[in-house]
Amino acid sequence: MNSVETDMAENNLPNSKLGSLQYDPAPESAAIAKLKSSYGLFINGKFTDPSKHEQFETINPATENQLATISQGSASDVDKAVKAARKAYDNVWSKTTGAERAKYLYRIARIIQERSRELAVVETLDNGKPIRESRDVDIPLAAAHFFYYAGWADKLEHAGFGNSPKPIGVAGQIIPWNFPLMMAAWKLAPALAAGNTCVLKPAETTPLSALILAEIIQQAGLPDGVVNIVTGDGATGSALVDHPGVDKIAFTGSTGVGRLIQQRVATSHKRLTLELGGKGANIVYEDAPIDEMIEGIIDGIFFNQGHVCCAGSRLLVQESIADDVLRRLVRRVEQLRVGDPMDKNTDIGAINSLEQLKRINELVAYGEQEGATRYTSSCELPKKGFWFAPTVFADVSQSHRIAREEIFGPVLSVLTFRTPEEAITKANNTNYGLACGVWSEKGSRTLWTAERLRAGVVWANTYNKFDPTSPFGGTRESGFGREGGKHGLEAYLNV
Amino acid sequence: MSTAPLRLVTPEDHSVVIQTSSQVPRIESETELRSILATLSGVDSVGAEARVAKLATRSIKKSTKMAALDLAISMVDLTTLEGADTPGKVTSLCTKAMRPSPMDLSVPSVAAVCVYPDLVAHARSVLKGSPVAVAAVATAFPSGRASLMVKLMDVREAVANGADEIDMVIDRGAFLSGRIGQVYEEIVAVKQVCGKAHLKVILETGELVTYDNVRKASWIAMLAGADFIKTSTGKVPVAATQPVALVMLEAVRDFAETTGQIVGVKVAGGIRTSKDAIRYLVLVNETVGSTWMTPDLFRFGASSLLNDLLMQRLKQQRGTYIRPDEFSGD
Repeated sequence: MNSVETDMAENNLPNSKLGSLQYDPAPESAAIAKLKSSYGLFINGKFTDPSKHEQFETINPATENQLATISQGSASDVDKAVKAARKAYDNVWSKTTGAERAKYLYRIARIIQERSRELAVVETLDNGKPIRESRDVDIPLAAAHFFYYAGWADKLEHAGFGNSPKPIGVAGQIIPWNFPLMMAAWKLAPALAAGNTCVLKPAETTPLSALILAEIIQQAGLPDGVVNIVTGDGATGSALVDHPGVDKIAFTGSTGVGRLIQQRVATSHKRLTLELGGKGANIVYEDAPIDEMIEGIIDGIFFNQGHVCCAGSRLLVQESIADDVLRRLVRRVEQLRVGDPMDKNTDIGAINSLEQLKRINELVAYGEQEGATRYTSSCELPKKGFWFAPTVFADVSQSHRIAREEIFGPVLSVLTFRTPEEAITKANNTNYGLACGVWSEKGSRTLWTAERLRAGVVWANTYNKFDPTSPFGGTRESGFGREGGKHGLEAYLNV
Repeated sequence: MSTAPLRLVTPEDHSVVIQTSSQVPRIESETELRSILATLSGVDSVGAEARVAKLATRSIKKSTKMAALDLAISMVDLTTLEGADTPGKVTSLCTKAMRPSPMDLSVPSVAAVCVYPDLVAHARSVLKGSPVAVAAVATAFPSGRASLMVKLMDVREAVANGADEIDMVIDRGAFLSGRIGQVYEEIVAVKQVCGKAHLKVILETGELVTYDNVRKASWIAMLAGADFIKTSTGKVPVAATQPVALVMLEAVRDFAETTGQIVGVKVAGGIRTSKDAIRYLVLVNETVGSTWMTPDLFRFGASSLLNDLLMQRLKQQRGTYIRPDEFSGD
């Protein structure tokens, strides 16, 4: 059989280069962020004086430029925040009617929409994600969560948790850096709707949008102490987890930290929900709609630079179409626009931190050592900042580290299967169980597959789609508890 | 443990690789045609529409916008297809086609004027010596409801009068009722009669309704020898849409990769603004790439679009909008 290369050389073919029309930069303005030089903690409805705290910098991962100085919440700050939340719970919030709570949540949702452009810019500056994603996904979904749970606040007795479900009390909430504002919304909205008060600890590398949210909460006139936001590193989170005044811990982050938290709260009265890592399998059958499936695989792994707990980081493709899929996939990867996250045409932005970049590099090096074939986009990476070119590993086997460990970066591992049974076995052969995707034009096959997958979420002919009405969460080492939908209320109610 | 080398990305990885060593399969029967169509993947409508929505957020500015506007102007098939068309109107249209903006001679001429067959000779005489082609709609346009003999006569007359391009319609009734062999044979017959004239095959996607049908009809037309596949007549309520264009672009891409034949795409009907035109160009740029970024392989069938392109072009140069009356009506 003739190889493609020989034919090409002989015929000198007029190949058509994709994306040959170069787009001039179309950057969003950083000035829209209106950032302050330093931020205090948000406790009992007021910002504390930053100079009273130990401080750290938050940087723009795309440039390594400093964005603002952030206060490191100490154990005593956490104590003040929890006490403020307790007082607000006892004196105000537990006595506020559902309809009244809804009013505040609607207000917060509307102000998020009004300030969406500013929030999108802040999110992109602090996180490194493309402005297109913060503008079109993160911020609208954050507002949507507040709108959705506002609707539940006065209807809790109809949510299926008994006649008169009661709030838990003070919720300690620790969120990750991948979707900073959206995760804050996922945590705060159901907690507040159910009548709890909150102490929220944003991620160390991405505290800014939560601090803007604190301003929005002030603007909305939410009673003092109902939401407290304490920035800081792991020590701050640890103090929150250990605080005896907290009734519930909700954590989204790595499986390692989740395990520690579960150990720490094991002997206490605290309720716990965990949303941890994943190694999602995207299963592609030979009858899948090929063009949309390629886009879905791309979205599944390269959305938000792969910093997505439910990312479709393993592609399981039926052997009969594997070569064609790989060829189309590599071509599409090469076409992704990597660079300035503030450019409206950027598809892939910066890796959130140097630490995460190191982790990605380490696992990718293992992939090469273990013999997988690496395809990496030839895109030019900016000199400053943290960057990783989108990468696909082919010829990956189930025992490779890149098929088992969460890389949390723009790296896809491609495996093949012959029969549907083999696809299921491979997809389930992981300690995680957060999300999977199934691609087929045949409904019965999709349902057959979905039934057998051990994962909290299964997408059919799509991937990484989120909606506040739909519960989200994992099983096994991906955690427990659900966020979103009616199910998301259960985590914040005494049922 | 052996270390696999990093597989270097080659230019082909970023390209639609056109296999000139391959050939368009010869089709002897409807069964053969069916078996080829059976190999086509389905289209997931939600996914296709999502892809288009995402590409619609591309922000085209500055020199890219200027280049895109000029390219779009050069891709226009300036069209008038009214019962009330007169030689005078066609004269005016042809003049505008050759020199879209008398104020600025750097504006490129459009690709073609598109008229009914009876006005071809007149258009031909006005356009004499210019690079602007004459396209004629034929085959009982727009419904296609006539016998093959009548359709072929229509085409013969247009070609005899000097049409460079023929825009034919497919028999949607035959396609939708499953008589795809008939659809195929009609296109083959028209292609033969066209001689040197380029054949654009109008699928009338608004009547085909589903994207799966659009993909199948695209392949039937290409297998039968179409030089272009075209979305719409502009005479039914649903004309060109971006998801339909995406599906057709994917079809010409896959056809080029498997048969080595490069087929063009024309979107027609309802495209009135520069913003829309630029969105289509982004689709072309990111779906089929450089080879198709030319009037030889991508066209806009439109009438009012041209003035908006001219207006946006001046806006780019002057920084302010000009009154619409600064541009001639037709």
